[in-house]
Amino acid sequence: MTIKLTRRGFVGAAAVGAASLAAPEVMGQGRPKVVVIGGGAGGATAARYLAKDGKGALDITLIEPTRTYYTCFFSNLYLGGFREFSSLGHSYGRLAAEYGINVVHDWATGVDRDAKTVALAGGSSVPYDRLIISPGIDFVEGSVPGWDVSAQNAMPHAYKAGSQTQLLKAQIEAMPQGGHYVMIAPPNPYRCPPGPYERISMVAHTLKATNPTAKITIFDPKAKFSKQALFQDGWERHYPGMIEWVSGEFGAVEGVRPGSMEVVVDGEAVKADVCNVIPAMKAGRIAETAGLTNDKGWAPIVPMTMQSRMDDNIHVLGDATQNGDMPKSGFSANSQAKVAAMAVRSALTGSRMFPPKFKNTCWSLIDNDDGIKVGASYEATEEKISKVDGFISKVGEDADLRRRTYEESIGWYEGITADMFG
Amino acid sequence: MNKAVGYFAVRSRIAAILVGFLSALSFTSPLMAEEIGDPAKGEKVFRKCASCHMLGQVARNRVGPVLNEIFDRRAASVDGFKYSPALKRAGDDGLVWDREHLDLYIENPKTLVTGTRMNFRGIKDPQDRADLIAYLRLFSASPLNIPESAPTAVPSDPDLDPAILAIQGDPEYGEYLASECLTCHQVDGSDKGIPSIVGWPRDDFVIAMQAYKNKHRVHEVMRMVAGALSDEEIASLAAYFEMVE
Repeated sequence: MTIKLTRRGFVGAAAVGAASLAAPEVMGQGRPKVVVIGGGAGGATAARYLAKDGKGALDITLIEPTRTYYTCFFSNLYLGGFREFSSLGHSYGRLAAEYGINVVHDWATGVDRDAKTVALAGGSSVPYDRLIISPGIDFVEGSVPGWDVSAQNAMPHAYKAGSQTQLLKAQIEAMPQGGHYVMIAPPNPYRCPPGPYERISMVAHTLKATNPTAKITIFDPKAKFSKQALFQDGWERHYPGMIEWVSGEFGAVEGVRPGSMEVVVDGEAVKADVCNVIPAMKAGRIAETAGLTNDKGWAPIVPMTMQSRMDDNIHVLGDATQNGDMPKSGFSANSQAKVAAMAVRSALTGSRMFPPKFKNTCWSLIDNDDGIKVGASYEATEEKISKVDGFISKVGEDADLRRRTYEESIGWYEGITADMFG
Repeated sequence: MNKAVGYFAVRSRIAAILVGFLSALSFTSPLMAEEIGDPAKGEKVFRKCASCHMLGQVARNRVGPVLNEIFDRRAASVDGFKYSPALKRAGDDGLVWDREHLDLYIENPKTLVTGTRMNFRGIKDPQDRADLIAYLRLFSASPLNIPESAPTAVPSDPDLDPAILAIQGDPEYGEYLASECLTCHQVDGSDKGIPSIVGWPRDDFVIAMQAYKNKHRVHEVMRMVAGALSDEEIASLAAYFEMVE
């Protein structure tokens, strides 16, 4: 059952304190079952809020293959030497022990939407009344000719945090003096819009200390990028002459040759010592397998509840969604998870429904104590999550403000990881 | 009533005498000036503290605890104030607010007590700290010596409609809205670059959020957050966060 109300309707209902807009869907014996696929910023947050606010009324299963989750956010700071790798890792122990969530370390391989079950690689099948999927991203095959995941050791993407991140750092450290670091940046839309450019800043920070004659080239299919003026100003101030950004208008990448460590640009082979290929992206595979994606490879959602446009019993969160104006970020996924958790709980237990609220802020680090940020608030309209208001750091801010922005980002990391994992 | 007025007048006179006495000391002995400070100047320094702390007869706990009688008080010992676990531990370990420790704490609260919720960057100038401590001392001699302190008497924003402060929030709605705050602020009140917002008196919470909403306070993330909240929603958040232990 889907309740369709205007935003005004929701606000009014909440204000007069209506106990519930929807009668509980599941009236049979046993607790209603919620299955969450993916234990990242969207999935872990949704599972935790369902458990915390549901106070035992819901039976919650979280399916996540890895036992230690490494956050993609702040993984660039590890590349720059600002964080230990271990500081990015988080376990699911508290979600299981303190919140009573059934954490299953396995791959979800399929969803039977009629039977309402999730198939696991281990062979078993998990039934649900509501399913939340937050699978992150996968790469579009063939988007960078010559590159596929079998080449990811030679040319790492490092865009899913973990061993790829460690590999990229090792390659940066092993670069010959005066060597060449090449990044192939992704086309829109992709996870973490400032991410590639923060990464360049962090790579430059490391090279400035260890390999000051090294060069960095970014081949970018886009004509502009997130926080561009701020990054380019920072690169000029901290790493003059080291970084060259080549937009697609001036140098189109035709493919890569992982065997000889070459990038082919406008018919010419460019030699790289490290080649960081960030391919085009699409929703994590399970969203596609479950039939929830559109022709662009993303999962469209209903903004009011984060329900899939393809199936009322499934909610999709985070990077995998096509939602309108919200960027693909951990902060966004965490924000969307709370809206979905409220909607799922209301549908299954009759708890109060409140108007959805969405926010995002992305902090980036350019060099020591030089932090910048961009953020916005959003509202749910019928057709999309729509931007209301936003802000961005400014070129020429004083050093004290930049330092505080960086310190704030550390506080945010502590906050969001506590909000995800308890 | 008359008796009360007389009582206040006496206390004010004692305070004036004390101020005079301390000023005289600082005038006659430069060494002592450095050691004790000038309470009249300290009163100006205290404006930095007054957005969170109150002094004087009408003082009550706000975002920070009352500072009357702080001298030689054990840390984290004001009744009814919700301290951070870190400050409680420090108090249990024997931290007492003598001049030396107050000076260290005011210089940089987090250097002395790492987990404190006191979100204050500290005062670097030793003379400013000495003046401030001299001023605080006026409120610690004995209960009879607590003077009035007008600048700290009422938390307020002159532009804020009293009707906004009178709105009764819905804590259950506040709990849902709070989920948005908890992406950055920690529910256990710990503070690692982003200040604690738990356990604030309701009025202080509303005043702070309204100041962001009206763009009086400068932080851009908070202006955006507060700007997207109605007066009722801010009241609901205040009602919820006041309850959080």
